Amino acid sequence: MSENKTEVIVVGAGPAGISCAVTIARSGHKVILIERGKFSGSKNVFGGAIYAQPTREVFPDFEKTAPLERKNVEHKYAILGEYDGTVVSYQNKHELPVSYTVMRGKFDRWMAEEAKKEGVILVEETVVRELLQKDGAVVGVRTELEDYYADIVVLADGVNSLLAKQIGLRGDIEPKDVAVSVKEVYKLPKEKINDRFHLNDDEGCIYEIFGGSMLGMLGLGFIYTNKESVSIGLGVTLDEFKEHKTKPYELLDKLKQHPVIAPLIKDGELLEYSAHLIPEGGFKKIPALVSDGVMVAGDAAMLVNNLHWEGTNLAMISGKLAGEAAVVALSKGDFTKKSLSRYAEALEQSFVMKDLKTYRDLMDVIHTRKESFLKYYLERINMFFEMFTSVNSVPKRTLYRDFIKNFLKSRSLKELFKDGFSVIKLLWSVLVK
Amino acid sequence: MSLEDKLSKIKYEPDTDSHLKPNQEECKTCKKKICTYVCPANVYEWLEDEQKLLIKFENCLECGACRIACEKKCLEWNYPKGTKGVTFKNG
Repeated sequence: MSENKTEVIVVGAGPAGISCAVTIARSGHKVILIERGKFSGSKNVFGGAIYAQPTREVFPDFEKTAPLERKNVEHKYAILGEYDGTVVSYQNKHELPVSYTVMRGKFDRWMAEEAKKEGVILVEETVVRELLQKDGAVVGVRTELEDYYADIVVLADGVNSLLAKQIGLRGDIEPKDVAVSVKEVYKLPKEKINDRFHLNDDEGCIYEIFGGSMLGMLGLGFIYTNKESVSIGLGVTLDEFKEHKTKPYELLDKLKQHPVIAPLIKDGELLEYSAHLIPEGGFKKIPALVSDGVMVAGDAAMLVNNLHWEGTNLAMISGKLAGEAAVVALSKGDFTKKSLSRYAEALEQSFVMKDLKTYRDLMDVIHTRKESFLKYYLERINMFFEMFTSVNSVPKRTLYRDFIKNFLKSRSLKELFKDGFSVIKLLWSVLVK
Repeated sequence: MSLEDKLSKIKYEPDTDSHLKPNQEECKTCKKKICTYVCPANVYEWLEDEQKLLIKFENCLECGACRIACEKKCLEWNYPKGTKGVTFKNG
């Protein structure tokens, strides 16, 4: 047993796993990071941006050497109808960038290489098939080739986390608590990207897309600019596909044809198509984070703040906190659930749990009112601007009155009241309770 | 662009046997067959004549949508072997 034994095994070399492993290695402890892909990031997909401040917490100088695409200076919110759209934009050319677009296949690989330099032992192309347990405690992992033992095992094995499920830290994920995301990356010359998105040099732009092909569905689209490519994709709750009998790539194809979107990717050459799940269950669906000999971090722990498009940062910070808890546990030689609960407590005190708690009612409200907030009002916004910009020799007062009349006619007072009530309830839960 | 064209842009190292194993007897009685439309790679196709689910596992993007969607809970879903499956260069 002595040969096949280390202090910590981290399963999954994504943002959470790497952050955890490097934190442990920096304290001089032995840590093995196991990745099932050919290299770190090779099985990972995300929209496109990492956040600078949380990344600096794990890799303080990452901006000097990491493979970054563009620094984002503009957020555009595109509210799409069937054929029209309203785009609201916020621009800020921060001195210190808030986020950068990256390619996970490059960035995660870079992070893993950095972690190796700091003493992490990275084992790639290896799948952990199950956790080894003794007297109810996790004591190691079983890969395809061998059994390997450790004082602590950290599960950073992603949204599907079969391992957390194996030991009962969580049950099956429900279709409403996960989004299927598809993404395409289109190659375009840098100058063309800068012209189309009104950018200079290595500045980037993010589109958050509501409606369009997803009208009435619980889903959002995105566009990110990279150095010489544009990423476009969408994420839609899994149960919508059941309800609407449509396929994820068909929704994306339709979105790409929307007149507001099509010119942005025109003539681009498809470099890659990819898909991934996004955990969307929120605070109420977070699994048990610790048990004897084991901790769960990142997507495996459902740590995604979907409203703010935050996931990698929550993964990195949770990984780091799990790493710090592991270091304390190693120094005390205590790997019980009670000892590792330091991780859950630290997470509780951090923005990670606080934010997820703040938005704990968000998904419930959106699930029950999606027809209103992801269809009806989106359409009305566009109808308002259609009315407001029309020049048709009809007196404006008539236009306004018709708009209001139509608004009241198409929506019963009861529904309007319910919408209003759910907004107040949501605001109350976000701001007060 | 067809889905086949899209998939042709992806780097795969296909395994010889499937990492996706549904219980085909259960599939026969499954009314909705959600796997046939949630999958971003269209891995599942119901063959009406043969009363069988065709599984193009070599196209799998390993997202797990089918695993969660399966109403019969009859899909044995595993990651492909460490050296196999999809590799996203960009992601």
